[in-house]
Amino acid sequence: MDETVAEYIRRTVLKIPRDEIKMMLQKWGFLSEAQLQTLNFHQIKDNISQEVVQLCEENSADIKQAAVLDIIYNHIYQNKRMWSVYQMKKSGEELEYFDITDFKKKFKRRLRSALKNVTITFKEYEDNAIWIRVAWGTAYKKPNQYKPSYVVYHSQTPYVFISASALKSNMPLLCQALIVACNYHDIREMELRSHSLNSLKDIVFKRYSQNFQTYTTKPLQGGNVEPENADIRIVQENRSEKERIHRLNQEVFGSGPQPKLEFAQYRLETMFKSDPKMDVLDKKEPFRCLVKFSSPHLLESLKSLAPAGMADAPLSPLLTCIPHKARNYFKIREKKGLFPESFVSP
Amino acid sequence: HLATSLPLPSERDHRRPRIDLVVFMIDIKSKYSLKNVETSLAHVDASFFLGKVCFLVTGVGRVNACSIETNAICKLGDAYCSTVLFCELELEGIRVATAQRLLRMLQICAGHIPGVSALSFVSLMRNSGDA
Repeated sequence: MDETVAEYIRRTVLKIPRDEIKMMLQKWGFLSEAQLQTLNFHQIKDNISQEVVQLCEENSADIKQAAVLDIIYNHIYQNKRMWSVYQMKKSGEELEYFDITDFKKKFKRRLRSALKNVTITFKEYEDNAIWIRVAWGTAYKKPNQYKPSYVVYHSQTPYVFISASALKSNMPLLCQALIVACNYHDIREMELRSHSLNSLKDIVFKRYSQNFQTYTTKPLQGGNVEPENADIRIVQENRSEKERIHRLNQEVFGSGPQPKLEFAQYRLETMFKSDPKMDVLDKKEPFRCLVKFSSPHLLESLKSLAPAGMADAPLSPLLTCIPHKARNYFKIREKKGLFPESFVSP
Repeated sequence: HLATSLPLPSERDHRRPRIDLVVFMIDIKSKYSLKNVETSLAHVDASFFLGKVCFLVTGVGRVNACSIETNAICKLGDAYCSTVLFCELELEGIRVATAQRLLRMLQICAGHIPGVSALSFVSLMRNSGDA
């Protein structure tokens, strides 16, 4: 077995938390059940990984099998990576039958025709997700297995989720191979990024609970807005206001769980509006400014702002449009024309 | 009765009992909280300031997160001749003790303690508070 393969397998096993090693090796299926029985999972990880490499040596593992183990690890720990969403465009409306073998063949062929030194691995999962792992080399160097790119594609959808490696120069090549393999004619990066792959899928596949605007002349009598306030001796003077906020929040965010995003970034290129007497910027140039909201769960925290009294309801549409517009990166420019308000550019 | 600010919504005027004590809660971590209280104070009838108003400052346990100076709050208390209490709601012991103090004050303000009026009580508090 190649030394580099042995080292790669050893390092991959070291990444896995000790209690999960056995499960992952079983999922991998490369080592037989009998071989797995011989492993002692109660020793330190260094020793476990050495023993695994020993067994892989017996089975003559090559880089292809090692790559599959890496995909399995990254599929389970997908939230450790940052994912971007790409949207593909078709020229016509024809819905073609998706053939997985054809897809793989076309992808490999396109990629290899441009770059010989790549390792390409595929793995399909039950939810129709096709995971592709690509390790990149150059014309003269073998592929770097430690910085691969991962692509997740659900067939019959125009969306691809990519977690690029540090080697960004390979992106155009990857994109080209994807449109060829998926039978599309164009691909563009969406302004949507997050660590939570499932949440990105929820947003683009519209799987989160959306609420549609209901127009009522009289506000509906809300149910129990604050269930924890069971003591009837406490009287809320501002109950109608609280109910209004709750109703507005429900309209905007829906009642289900929100997709998980970690940040929203607004790049402002608007004019600085100040008291003309202050004469802060005498050159009438746009004031460049970047506003970034970060949170472990951005949308849930936005949802709780108004009920917590920290913001007025309704919230700015710039914040609430994030899931509907499927983006969390915005560029805001001055709107030229009659109304001197800013607008969101595509 | 809990309210986020004053004046109270007029639609509930007919259902409201007599008010004996107004406690203004100021979150020491929020400048907005102080501002809100200052604006609400304008809506309080002058007769309440004879011992029926109290400022309750919360969140004092988190020293790093203080946004308001205690000086400013004490000045507010002096300006309105009212008691200022400091507490930390996140600690159960202090929470219970503060509730007991407020309850005691309420009993005095409602006239349930013979021999002690709201005004005499607040003068007592103010004189001993400077120590």
